[in-house]
Amino acid sequence: MKKVIMGNHAVSYGVRASEAKVISAYPITPQTHVVELLSEMCANGEIDAKFIKVESEHSAMAACVGAAAAGSRTFTATSSQGLLLMHEMLHWAVGARLPIVLANINRAVGPPWSIWTDQNDSLSQRDVGWLQIYCESNQETQDTIPQAFKVAEELQMPVMIVMDAFFLSHTFEIVDILEAQEVRKFLPPYHPDIKIDINDPHSFGNLASPEHYMELRYMIQEAMEKAVGLIKKVDGEFQKQFGRGYGLIHPYRCADAEIILVTSGTVASTARAVIDEMRDEGVKIGALKVRVFRPFPFEEIFEVLSRAKKVAVIDRNISFGGHGIFFQEIKSALYGRTDVPILGYIAGLGGRDITPGVIRQIAEQAITDKNPHRYINWIGVKT
Amino acid sequence: MFDYLKYIREWNFPHIWCSGCGDGIVLKALIRAMDKLKVSRDEAVMVSGIGCSSRTPGYIDINTLHTTHGRALAFATGVKHAKPELKVIVVTGDGDCTAIGGNHFIHAARRNIDMTVLLYNNYIYGMTGGQCSPTTPKGYKASTAQYGNIEPPFNTSGLAIAAGASFVARTDVYHVQQCEKMISLALQRKGFSLVEILTPCPTAFGRRNRMSDPVVMMEWLRDNAVSGRKWENLSAQEREGKIQTGVLIDVEKPEFTAEYGKLMEKVGVQK
Ligand SMILES: Cc1ncc(C[n+]2csc(CCOP(=O)(O)OP(=O)(O)O)c2C)c(N)n1
Ligand code: SF4
Repeated sequence: MKKVIMGNHAVSYGVRASEAKVISAYPITPQTHVVELLSEMCANGEIDAKFIKVESEHSAMAACVGAAAAGSRTFTATSSQGLLLMHEMLHWAVGARLPIVLANINRAVGPPWSIWTDQNDSLSQRDVGWLQIYCESNQETQDTIPQAFKVAEELQMPVMIVMDAFFLSHTFEIVDILEAQEVRKFLPPYHPDIKIDINDPHSFGNLASPEHYMELRYMIQEAMEKAVGLIKKVDGEFQKQFGRGYGLIHPYRCADAEIILVTSGTVASTARAVIDEMRDEGVKIGALKVRVFRPFPFEEIFEVLSRAKKVAVIDRNISFGGHGIFFQEIKSALYGRTDVPILGYIAGLGGRDITPGVIRQIAEQAITDKNPHRYINWIGVKT
Repeated sequence: MFDYLKYIREWNFPHIWCSGCGDGIVLKALIRAMDKLKVSRDEAVMVSGIGCSSRTPGYIDINTLHTTHGRALAFATGVKHAKPELKVIVVTGDGDCTAIGGNHFIHAARRNIDMTVLLYNNYIYGMTGGQCSPTTPKGYKASTAQYGNIEPPFNTSGLAIAAGASFVARTDVYHVQQCEKMISLALQRKGFSLVEILTPCPTAFGRRNRMSDPVVMMEWLRDNAVSGRKWENLSAQEREGKIQTGVLIDVEKPEFTAEYGKLMEKVGVQK
């Protein structure tokens, strides 16, 4: 069945179809609708899940950790300050190898207060060990939730699904709604081997001496490396059943492109429109959307970008004292290819719109720029 | 007529509060109390967390620190400790203070650190659109309690008293003179001084609970908030469903920054 729904509700429908059993969350703009609809679905029996109201995001993630350790499929959603407050527990979910799925609505971090989008909240969680998938449409967001649970449960790793505040979270689009009985064939019920079980007791979160700690960290990295192939495989299975697939990355008109714009989130859709326009004008340009940020698909990206003459990365984020965060990863993906200049562009922080005009400005600037080392270009900063 | 404008940041208007919201009434009561007590604007610092209530420092022209959700008291503790001579006023909501910031609340009260805490209790998370808070009464509806809240609420003032606050009062925005008086008393006390102020949120609380008309919410406060001798004279049965207002505790206790100063003197630390 097709419905016109907002991005936030696309998340809720994805969770409904995935038959999550425990949901715990704390409200924060612009995420709140996600869990409000879920709480309604729990209350009216549309989904057979328990909704745990808590007193902060830290407690929300702690409750998810507890529920997941008890063997339940577990979900939460948050944004910005809320995600930052969860930070300690995010680490915990990884170390404890719990397949929790979290939707983060990208919102700028304060101060100054802002409720509008940028990616610094999720990208500052880059190194905790959560898989991160950036979505650009409501359909993709809904579909990514069951995919995320499947990947998470196979790897015993938590997954974060990320979408732009307002540009996606509050935008209404047509979504082909997933139904649980269909999704069940793709994502069977979750029965972990190890869980809190009175008949088979285990100790969780124990102390690891220097003898053992490092091996456990090694296994997390091993799971991350395995995730690259697994996400692709799971996406393929999803496509086979539902006719929609998204890939690790999405190259658009890149095959013969001399210059490629790298984007993520909703900017990817806008960029494709600009690419079409510029192609009509005879410019050999393409766009690459990075959907999966952790694990970073280095090889797939190398494959696409190493054929170009120039790469321009648009970052709606910044690592202060470094560069745009996607830029840094792209640069390391292309390590050794000094013949492909990579230029970085910081745009759209705190919700400033990245319009087709802005993207065209970046493309034109990148084409004419003779300096291959201009790693940071601020777009539209008023001086 | 009383001139509020000298305390107001006009450039920050219009304010964000809905019509019928009680938050502006508290702001005016605070301004009158400060004016009568001749609190110096340079020495007053308002610290708030996040919420509709916590927007108050945007509108008052004194030193202000608008902080993160739940942490106002922790920030305020830093301010007061660094500069004990400042008059620290904390503005917080029921969610801000008793949910995400509950830990700071009991510990600030336990230390009895000198600050005036205005807790705007509207029984709901207003700013995020009406989720249950720890003060939402049982049975009432919220966006996260569509069939009625099943959790027992905090007695917030009682919690502060139990934790060690030396001054605690409860008041409401209908009884606006009492509200001003309680704020005034709190400003004059040394120690953790809490004023819990019942205030209507017609938008996020009222609409879901058959009180979307702000007047109805005000009338509810008029009829159910009972102070002083009136409360004393009510039987247990008559108290049912009513809320006691007025001063709930007013005692002298060692205050944290003063104790800290004494300790420094004792161990010979020069200022
Ligand atoms: C860490 C964090 N979590 C969540 C939020 C979102 N948030 C903003 S205000 C608010 C609740 C406000 O309720 P309350 O403190 O009762 O104040 P009111 O708006 O009712 O005055 C929440 C949950 C936030 N800003 N930061
Ligand atoms: S939502 Fe409620 S608390 Fe917030 S401004 Fe409106 S009436 Fe006041």
